[in-house]
Order: sequence, then structure tokens, then C-alpha cells
Amino acid sequence: MKNIIVCMKQVLDPEIPLSLFHIDTEARQAIPPKATPPVLSPFDENALEAALKIKDTQESNVTVISLGKKLNRVVVSSALAAGADHLVLLQDEAFSDFNTYLTAGALAAAIKKLGPYDLILCGLQAADTNTGQVGTGIASMLGIPCITAARKVELDDDKVRVEKVSADGSEVIEAPAPAVVTTNYEVGVLREPGVEAFMSAAKKPITTWNAQELGIETAGTDCFNMVQMYEPVQEGKCEILEGASPEEKAEKLVTRLTEVKVI
Amino acid sequence: MSENTGVLVHCEVTGGKFAPIAIELLGAGSRLASELGQELSAVLIGSDIGGLAQEAIACGAKKVYVIDEPSLKDYATEPYLMVMEKVVQQALPSILLLGQTPSGRDLAPWLAFRLNTGATMDCMALEIDPATRRLLMTRPVYGGNAQAVQVCKTDPQIAAVRTKAMAPSAKDDTLQGRVINIEAGIDSASLKTEVVERKIEAAVGVRLEDARVVVAGGRGIGSAEGFQQLEEVAGLLKGVVGATRPPCDARWVPDSRQIGITGKIVSPDLYIAVALSGASQHVSGFFSSKVIVAINKDPEANIFKVAHYGIVADWKAALPAFTARLKQVVG
Repeated sequence: MKNIIVCMKQVLDPEIPLSLFHIDTEARQAIPPKATPPVLSPFDENALEAALKIKDTQESNVTVISLGKKLNRVVVSSALAAGADHLVLLQDEAFSDFNTYLTAGALAAAIKKLGPYDLILCGLQAADTNTGQVGTGIASMLGIPCITAARKVELDDDKVRVEKVSADGSEVIEAPAPAVVTTNYEVGVLREPGVEAFMSAAKKPITTWNAQELGIETAGTDCFNMVQMYEPVQEGKCEILEGASPEEKAEKLVTRLTEVKVI
Repeated sequence: MSENTGVLVHCEVTGGKFAPIAIELLGAGSRLASELGQELSAVLIGSDIGGLAQEAIACGAKKVYVIDEPSLKDYATEPYLMVMEKVVQQALPSILLLGQTPSGRDLAPWLAFRLNTGATMDCMALEIDPATRRLLMTRPVYGGNAQAVQVCKTDPQIAAVRTKAMAPSAKDDTLQGRVINIEAGIDSASLKTEVVERKIEAAVGVRLEDARVVVAGGRGIGSAEGFQQLEEVAGLLKGVVGATRPPCDARWVPDSRQIGITGKIVSPDLYIAVALSGASQHVSGFFSSKVIVAINKDPEANIFKVAHYGIVADWKAALPAFTARLKQVVG
């Protein structure tokens, strides 16, 4: 039996229309839109899919850990419906989307508390903070290797085998288990659960811990000051090429592109 | 504050030459160092790279740390991390710049955790705060919907910088600097990970990241056959076809063609966006392109806020007309 841990973050839906996206410039973070529920970060869904692909071929127990100030049960439970066996929720007012060090520390503490593990999977980066450091942080704190940006993950007897894209091709990297692997979109889209999966998900165990129960210090863990957050102003200087027919518009476009010497 | 001082730049080497990002980081590092009145230094890791030290000096580096060993020919996490840690502990920089490249993305977080400091990824702008003399690092967050500016309170302040975000350094061969050779001293028995296979994948044609022209399609293209029409335009302009996420998810094009925060970052001379709305997630992957063209039937589509030239029309009518005209001009 293999123990696989998948770290999944609840984020603001990255696909929401721009008109619904607003920044609280004082708090320097996004204001969650009321009408649009959060989602699991897409790269983390890839990580769960990588875990489930391993579970397809060998007996495995997949534990999903999600961390946040306040987690939406329906959203995070979708990981159970997709095929995870156990859900661990780390909730504390002290947690922050942008504090990488505290996030990695809390996840590492939870993983230790859960007992023996063979593989830890994380998404390449979170869809909100776009940083891509938590997987490495967990590995650093647990003293195990981390292989980033995997497009394929295999777990052999006591070895983790990863295929990833390199600067000029691809490479296969092996590390002794346990190890952390972060996954790219190329590992595959998360499978759609059926109706029965949703029914059985309701019976799967959910554990909830706060920072104190994890035995971690939260104060003074962030080495960053967020100075400013703003929505970029788009230029809106587009020249619309008018014409009576597509041919006329196309001709004008080609003329313009020739003038500015890009064709 | 610590006693760290100066700017250290990791200069990536590919195929025996500096990668373009190396020259861009030297340009940015030079500017920051002179604003701070401090020194620029560079670190070069690889095999048979000693000759490149002079080029880093010509770009303004006063000290160049060179770790030149056959075992360091290709990037691997553990040996490069060990070497970088060693150099940083010797150089004690206040600012450390790496590229937002496969190796920089891998290495920067490791260095941050090992050195008890923070790394800021995907930086698009770097400025010195005149009041505090700390580095202001700007990067996209929320899938490109917002920009965050942050400061790291500890040294070294590590920044992974997006390619083509910084102007490349000028070169002056009369500049002087010192080359410091450092032994890697890696005990291979201590390495846990092993690269068991390396495949050079001969790119068919130009790589998306290097293309001068990119023709990208969105959900509106509707099929793999539709993308064939984009291929024709790309062929005429010696460009490459890219896509937003939905066409990749639908398997009309391979995943490797995806442009955006969750795919590749490109910065061509000409970006032609066909039948795509311009979601921030995607725009963030190409908005530094020199000339952006949008073809979309919805005049309210966000892509027209980003584009320089636009055609409001159904792509099924506009693209064949554009292709036909191109054939007359470039064909």
C-alpha cells in the first residue's frame, strides 16, 4: 500500500470575467466575488490526477490536504469525489495566501503528523499567487528531494520516477521515495467524477487541524512586505481596421503590418 | 539589516554561450547596482565555460565566479544548488537575480529556503525603493488580473526574472573585472536525485518561445481543422501556432502550444490573436509582444484592449482574406 499526499489550494476562479475581478488596494488582495465560488487551483487538479493515475495501477491511499483561512467544504470535497480517500483541512485565521513559508511549514507539519508517506504531489504553482515554491518548501523542511514541473510521475518499489521538460528536450529523474513532485499541466486533466462518486465521497473521512494543533509558530513567518497591488491599465489604443468586406479589412491590416516592418 | 552588499546575477549558459536571459539579467543587475552604488558580480556554472567570464565583465560585472566542471554541463537541481549556495555564502550579495526559466524556477525557491530568505518569482519589473534602498519586485498575480509589488525583508533578496522583461546589457570590452574560480567540490555519493535519461528533442521548426511571429487561436476556432488555417498563416510568416487553454484541453492542438500563465510565455515581434477573447490568464503570456493583432467578431472582447490593430469580423471570413493578401505580399 502506497501513501500519496496531494496538496491542493482553494483559489479564486482564475477564469472569472475581468468585470467581476476587483482588488482591495488597502488589504492588497483580491475581493472574492459573491456570485462565483472558489475552485481548486488547476495545477493542483493536475497533481491529484497524477496521484489517481498511480492509484489506477497500484494499491494506494490518496490523502488531499488543503490549507486556507476559510475553506469551502463543497469545493474541497470535490477532491474526494474525484477519487481521493481522505481529506485533511488546515484552517487558521493566521494563514495567508501569500505567505509561502508559513504555508509550506503548516503542510510539512501536517504531513509529519499523518504518518508514513511515499510521495507528495503539489501543483506547479498556485493560480492566485503564481509563485511555485510551496512544493520545494515542503521538501526542504522534510529533508527530502523535490522534482519540479513533472509531465509524468511513476512510483516504483521505493523509487519516484519523473519525466519532465528540460530546456532543449526532456529528462527522466529518479529519486528515492519519499519525495515531493510538482506537476505541470501535461500530466493530464483531472477526471470527472460520476454521480456515485459524489455519493461515496460523503462517507469519506475529513480531518480538520488548526495551527496550534499542528504545533507551528505563525507570527513573524513572512519575510515579505506586500507594498502594492493593482490592476494593470490596458492601453486601449487599438486601431480597428474598417472596411466594407473582410478582404478590404485584411488588405489594410497587411499594409499596416508592412509599414511597422513586422512582416 | 545584514551586511550583505551588491548584486549577484546567475548567468545561464546554453550550448557554450550565454542564454539571452543572462545578458538581460546583467543589464538589470548593472542598473540596480549603480543605483545602489554597489558592485555587480556574476556566477557562471557549467562545463568549458571559462571563456565567457570576459563577456560578463564587458557587461559590467566586477567579479565573476566561475564553477567549471564536466559534471556541471547540464542543469541538475542538487549539484547546482550546492554550488550556488557556496557562491552566495562567499559573495554575500544583497540582491540575487535568476531567470524565470526551467532551471531558475527550480533553483530560486530552493535557495530561498536554504538561505532563510524569500524568492519572488516571475518578476517583470525591478526598481530600488529610494526611501528604504530595498528592491521593489513587480509580478503578476491572480492569473495576470493584477500586479503585486513586494519587498523582501531579508538578504539576499532573490528575484526570478521573466525573459525579455529587461533590456539586454550593453557591452564594453575595455571594462575590467576579476575572475574567481571556485571548486564545485560535490560529493556525488551525497546526491539523492539522479538524471537517468536526457533526450534532446529536435524541435520541429522554431520553438514557440523563440518564434518571431506567433499565430494563436482560442476556443472560437472550434476544431483541429480550424487550426490548420492558422498553420497556413504561420507558415507564410515563418511563425509558430499557439493557443489558449481550451483548444489544448479539447486536443485540437498539443499541450505544448499553450500560451499563458499556465503555459508558455512568449514575446514575439508579431502576435496574431484569432478568435480568442483575451482572458488575463492568456494575455499575461504574450502582452510584451511588439505588435499585437486581434481578429474577433465581438467588438467588446478584452483582446481589443490589448491589441494594436484589430479586425472586427468572424475569423472564418477574415482569416482566409488575410491569408490571401499575405500570399500576394510575402508569398
